[in-house]
Amino acid sequence: MLFLIIKRILLGLITLFIVSLITFVGTEILPGDACTTYLERQAFGEQLEACYRRLGLNVPAYERYVSWAVNAIQGDFGYSLSGEMPIKEVLGPRIKNSLVLASAAIFIGIPIALILGIVTALWRDKLPDVAISTVTIFAMTIPEFISATLLILIIAIWLEWLPGIVIVPTDVSFLELLPNIILPVIAIAMIMTAHMARMVRSSVIQVMASEYVQMAILKGVPYWKMVFKHVLPNALLPAINVVALTIAWLLGGVVVTEVVFNYPGLGRLVIESISNRDLPTVQALAIILASIYVSINLLADLMTLMLNPRLKTLQIRK
Amino acid sequence: MKLDNIYQEEKKSNFAKVAEIIITMASRPSGFIGLSILIFHVVLAFISPYIAPYDFKAINPTLMLQAPSAEYWFGTDDLGRDVFTRTILGGRTALTITFFGSLIALLWGGLLGIFCGLVGGKTDDIVMRIVDAFLSIPWILAMLLIVSLLGTSTEVLIPALGFFYGKGIVRVARAATHDVIAKDFIVSARARGHSNFSIIWNEIIPNVRDAILVEGAMRWSWMLLGFSSLSFLGFGVSPPTPDWGLMISNARGLMSFAYWSVIAPIVGLSSLIIGINLTADAFAKALGIDRSTKAPV
Repeated sequence: MLFLIIKRILLGLITLFIVSLITFVGTEILPGDACTTYLERQAFGEQLEACYRRLGLNVPAYERYVSWAVNAIQGDFGYSLSGEMPIKEVLGPRIKNSLVLASAAIFIGIPIALILGIVTALWRDKLPDVAISTVTIFAMTIPEFISATLLILIIAIWLEWLPGIVIVPTDVSFLELLPNIILPVIAIAMIMTAHMARMVRSSVIQVMASEYVQMAILKGVPYWKMVFKHVLPNALLPAINVVALTIAWLLGGVVVTEVVFNYPGLGRLVIESISNRDLPTVQALAIILASIYVSINLLADLMTLMLNPRLKTLQIRK
Repeated sequence: MKLDNIYQEEKKSNFAKVAEIIITMASRPSGFIGLSILIFHVVLAFISPYIAPYDFKAINPTLMLQAPSAEYWFGTDDLGRDVFTRTILGGRTALTITFFGSLIALLWGGLLGIFCGLVGGKTDDIVMRIVDAFLSIPWILAMLLIVSLLGTSTEVLIPALGFFYGKGIVRVARAATHDVIAKDFIVSARARGHSNFSIIWNEIIPNVRDAILVEGAMRWSWMLLGFSSLSFLGFGVSPPTPDWGLMISNARGLMSFAYWSVIAPIVGLSSLIIGINLTADAFAKALGIDRSTKAPV
């Protein structure tokens, strides 16, 4: 058990190490470096030398990687090129804002997804299922920027209920942020809820078809008692992993949503730093987002492991 | 030689098999709707250059932001270009890029997956770790990095999308190969002294093909989503190419008084994505593959 946990953590760390290598090599082999892209036409002679010295680009690549990695582990990602301030300080408020957005979406999304998933599974192929499933297909296949744009068009422009874009400074208090984040949260929660509801549905359907549930029915266990005692505990277990993957997958979608609503989170920083060719910030973002992905997955694996006694003795899926 | 006939089911031509799958797909309501939408879009993509009423890049300042009328069915945009023309041509861009992108993804992802599943051991471990690492970088960050450094031409976009959406197929192909590889017919093929290549081509590929194709169909709709998101963010195809993501992002700022120029591409893109999705789902069901428990990786 302990061995398995340690093994999972080690695998996660190896993945992160490869990610850091990929981003480092990626920014290295692609044409141009941080200084030439930043200085553009003034990239020659004195200025280029000064820039190289300032960013420490005048030493061999592997030395730079090692020093970058050592600093990154301590939370120091160097200096951002465009803002000319420590990346740590740029990231701080952004991470907070994105966390607010993501956790609001998760707290709204998970209960709704559970209810919808269970309802659609229990009334499979009946009216509630057909209606809800149709809506979830639409909600999960339509790109984030389309649902976000439609939300703005209908709720902010036509109905004038809520502000359409977020026009607050990066470091704003939570209460001031609140009316601004309602639409972005709905946009993100919609897609996430749809995905999770479908997963819960198929998971519940699978368990309902299993032999021990048939047995419970034959034994005369009351329907709702059977659902809550026998079906749900077993059906929700595999859903944990899927929920984690859905959340991790949303990291990409959040970028687009944040841009549409002009929300000052990590996602908009991704776009800003790439537009400005701010490679140090891009590297830092890549490693941070990948760490979030890896830790969410790790957490889900560990939770499944804790909750499922059968898995303790088996080797976890690779 | 006679033995062969006992073990082989009645031989159907490939054409008959494909027709049978399509009929099974269309026999469900969702599959029928999906197929119809997809066929509509594909046909439109082929004929749109011939039926487009106006030039898609003809700028006309006197006709800026006209409301829909008999002359301009979907109105005009902020540069006076016909929105109908640009919308029907937009599908052409999206379908071409994502179709070839998916083909590339299928090819390299499928072959690498089969290879890893077959050889196993250290090579397999190393490749899968790298694939895992790529999976954990958010797709949008990686795609943005590639196109912002290499440029946003079609020649960059197709391989970049193909590369990025292939990594998920590697996992599926590998898992499918693992399922097949322990079966008796592989063992007997080895006993008959067939080469590795012959085993892959004649025994493994026919058995993992369905799983890989279904995954590829699903990737197609995700790739379309990814590609249009890139265009929307300004990192996809460059103007004045008629493209839905680009049109939506252009028209978004003006939608408080010219909503038609944003609605038309939204309907186009949403319907195509839903069409591909429903078709992929029906395809999976027709082949008897359950994808419903899969997470979107």
